[in-house]
Amino acid sequence: MQYLKPASFEEAVAMAGEAHGDVRFLAGGTDLLVRMRMGRVPDVLIDLKHIPGARDIVCEGGGWRIGVAVPGAELTEHAGLRADWPGVVEAIGLIGSTQVQGRATPVGNLMNASPAADSVPALIAAGAEVEVLGPKGARRVAVGDIPTGPGQTSLAQGEVISALYLPPRGAHGGDAYQRFIPRTEMDIAVVGCAVSLSRDGDVITEARVALGAMAPTALMVEEAAAALEGTTLGGEALAALGEAASAAGEPIDDKRGTAKFRRHVAGVLARRVALVAYERAGGAK
Amino acid sequence: MALDEGKDVKGGHDAREYDHEGEFRHVGTRPDRPDGVDKVTGRARFGADAYAPGMLHAAILRSPHAHARILKIDTSRAEALEGVKAVVTRADFASGLEGEDWNILENIMAGEKALYDGHAIAAVAATSKFIARDALELIEVEYEILPHVTDVDEAMQPGAPVIREGAAEPGVPEGMHPNVVRYHESGHGDVEAGFAEADLVIERHFTTEATHQGYIEPHACLAQMGPDGRGELWCTTQGHWNVQKLCAKLLGVEASAIRVTASEIGGGFGGKTTVFIEPVAMALARKTGRPVKLVMSREEVFRASGPTSSASMDVRIGMKKDGTMTAAEGTFRLQGGAFPYAPMEFTAMCAFACYDLKHVRQRGFDVMTNRPKQAAYRAPGSPMAAFAVESVVDELCQKLGLDPIEVRLKNAAREGTRASYGPTYPRIGLVETLEAARAHPHYCAPLGPNQGRGVSCGFWFNFGGETSVTLALSMDGTAQIAVGTPDIGGSRASMALMAAEELGIPYEDVRVTIADTASLGYNEISHGSRVTYASGLAVIKAARDAKRKLIARAADKWGIDPEAVEWRDGAAHPAGENAGDFEPLSIKEICAEMGATGGPIAGHYEATPEGAGVSFATHIVDAELDPETGKTTILRYTVVQDAGKAVHPSYVEGQFQGGAAQGIGWALNEEYIYGEDGRLQNPGFLDYRIPVASDLPMIDTVIVEVPNPGHPYGVRGVGETSICPPLAAVANAVSNAAGLRLRQLPMRPARILEALEAKADGEG
Repeated sequence: MQYLKPASFEEAVAMAGEAHGDVRFLAGGTDLLVRMRMGRVPDVLIDLKHIPGARDIVCEGGGWRIGVAVPGAELTEHAGLRADWPGVVEAIGLIGSTQVQGRATPVGNLMNASPAADSVPALIAAGAEVEVLGPKGARRVAVGDIPTGPGQTSLAQGEVISALYLPPRGAHGGDAYQRFIPRTEMDIAVVGCAVSLSRDGDVITEARVALGAMAPTALMVEEAAAALEGTTLGGEALAALGEAASAAGEPIDDKRGTAKFRRHVAGVLARRVALVAYERAGGAK
Repeated sequence: MALDEGKDVKGGHDAREYDHEGEFRHVGTRPDRPDGVDKVTGRARFGADAYAPGMLHAAILRSPHAHARILKIDTSRAEALEGVKAVVTRADFASGLEGEDWNILENIMAGEKALYDGHAIAAVAATSKFIARDALELIEVEYEILPHVTDVDEAMQPGAPVIREGAAEPGVPEGMHPNVVRYHESGHGDVEAGFAEADLVIERHFTTEATHQGYIEPHACLAQMGPDGRGELWCTTQGHWNVQKLCAKLLGVEASAIRVTASEIGGGFGGKTTVFIEPVAMALARKTGRPVKLVMSREEVFRASGPTSSASMDVRIGMKKDGTMTAAEGTFRLQGGAFPYAPMEFTAMCAFACYDLKHVRQRGFDVMTNRPKQAAYRAPGSPMAAFAVESVVDELCQKLGLDPIEVRLKNAAREGTRASYGPTYPRIGLVETLEAARAHPHYCAPLGPNQGRGVSCGFWFNFGGETSVTLALSMDGTAQIAVGTPDIGGSRASMALMAAEELGIPYEDVRVTIADTASLGYNEISHGSRVTYASGLAVIKAARDAKRKLIARAADKWGIDPEAVEWRDGAAHPAGENAGDFEPLSIKEICAEMGATGGPIAGHYEATPEGAGVSFATHIVDAELDPETGKTTILRYTVVQDAGKAVHPSYVEGQFQGGAAQGIGWALNEEYIYGEDGRLQNPGFLDYRIPVASDLPMIDTVIVEVPNPGHPYGVRGVGETSICPPLAAVANAVSNAAGLRLRQLPMRPARILEALEAKADGEG
């Protein structure tokens, strides 16, 4: 295995372009190193941690630019991010253990492309984007367009994500994320649900709902969002939201849960998460 | 404990050893453990921490099939790989073995058939781990895939695939499937007459899944064998004499040819009472003439070490309106993998052991399936029995409107009770645990919505076993004890406390070492909750032996009879005024002169103590159910258990808490999940869900001390009984919270939710 340490993302792209075989980018490494220990060692490992800016959180145009090597532990302690995007931050904070949080990054979570990744539904609901850099230059891509299936992404060979962008929160907005696991931590979501919404007074003006582990990729659920918009989150709206969440995706039966259980819990979580996001949008801490 | 130890001594033996009078000075205190600093600084050496010059690394090829005939193994390509020094298959082990020796060999290296997913087929030793792994891929195995069965009930059905023809022992009822290999029946009285006296009879069916001990340290060893046929083995084990015995048999060499040293152990809980990789490493070492290190991955631990049995059980109990149990019977079917000796007789014998029953009958079936060979797990067989029996007792109490602790007190076994499995109990402490539970503030604390409380009792035999200890005194009067039982629960601290108590010297003046197999007589495995009892008894007796010798030296010096000398406060004193007027001789003074007064002084003890003293516990647990998701939260947990005498109370409490934690996992989320293909679906801690710290409340403990007549200080083993009640206690709590009975473990959220939905449908 060849280990490379580029000084810029452009150099990283160039290195990847010249490399042969299995090329992997290293940020936190919490998925990659586990795989390598299991014997799946790449031919070329390109370490992004040392690129200037890769470990920075910057407020930009009212939103946030997050470097690809910023670990969960720093994100969850960042007052500005916590104030704007508490749902995104709580989702990132659920990844792994305290020790893992010292290394794990949201972009790594995204590129691992697990349908059950915790941060991805929250980032989708938040409308987050990433900057993808490749031989043909840079482009901005919505987070939801990155994973294409379990372990699969839309990035072409030689492309790398150079930053994660969270949009400006705007006034009277709130987001939240919860997952269902049989334990209290150190587990993988059986279902994950994120809701981001904005309020005008008591009325929800705009909402985005995303589910994890209900389909081969994390899922935006337009029907669930529609069930919220224009309502004050009364009983009917919650019921409609739950039904839309339960109906979404194409969950499977596996060792972590049955499709039936996943559908049921998706509805339960959607209602619970919407209530938290609604409270937060109303100014609750 | 091993299955061939089902002697009638358990619980019934009347070994009078208890002789303690007055206050204890050391026993019952809580000093730091002697191995503590090594463990927190990383200096402690575990199984994988051994290295040797020229060491090779080994890896094992494992069957991907649940059941397959091995038609051909071609190792030539692997052997040709640069860096590969040897490949072994079954042909490299002893032939002509019988009984359990053959079973163990068959398990550690497949013969004609692969019997489960993960079954070892061949092993490689190479100059690096990666080369060894690469070489595995070059071994060509031709399989003929056979139909498989992994479920205990399915394995008993007509037409189920036969694991091994002719494996059944005599005594199995006629007409049973060949997979049923052993049968047990015991009890007394006339159960039908007893049921006729009952006001309410309840019969229910229960199932539990196989669980793993979940020790944090995977199996690991370093083996060497020279051209003279003499070998050394370093390994993580609960019993290195047993490892020595088994390796010798499986390799076809004499026991003394292999000296085994037990490393520090990162947990065992019964799972390290046998061998899995040690004979394989020895065979590779013998073939290569080089040291060979073999370390299991976590996946291998799950697939190919020994989990528990899974069980299918039917329990029927009759009760009068006043709570008197009139009769009980149970049928317990356990699968123990593709080999005999699932601990079904322990399940049957423990099932009703808490109760004074005039009419009781229990049956056990030992069933083979295509799963790994089960190994002991903390009170093997007992937790599932308690789950079934204590669930029915709880339901009877509920239906008759009776308090679950009062009913248990009314029926509790006491001194003189004829146990359900045969013997008559000597002094036991079940009633005392129930009374302490009833008096505990937990039992009457208020419960909120969706919360339920569960109570359960549990029983375990405990065990003695072969024990050999030496206590050597140094010239400066400090003591060095060699014991043969690996320290799996803080036993070095307990041994040092007991020696300090006897000799009257400070705790810090005693060093306890786990000696290798060349240093002491045979020592039975650290299992059966035997260490503090049996090694402790041996330490006390060895200290008394040393004391006699110290007294003799003092008597000699004073020119009086040894009978006229007594030992107290770490010194010899004249026993009375008639003995003469002499200044006391301290242990330091006597030891300083030992060379000139008769030579080194050491105490010894070798025996098979048989008064282990059965142990009972009562647990109380509060659980809260999320009715929308079926998820259970354990809110509060209290363990009340009879320890006889707690030598080091902190480690007794640790055993209580550990058993409860493992039992909670077994009850709620732990299970071996097999796919349709017979492959294990969750061989890792991500999807094999042991509780994490945040899943558990602080587990409260109450130590009850009803002295065991079979130990000088009254000690009873405490390691295992603590896992007997939790399955039932948690099930009773969840059932009471849910308003319906859950009779299948684990009570994973989806299962609870389904039960809730079925109940709602039924009511709607």
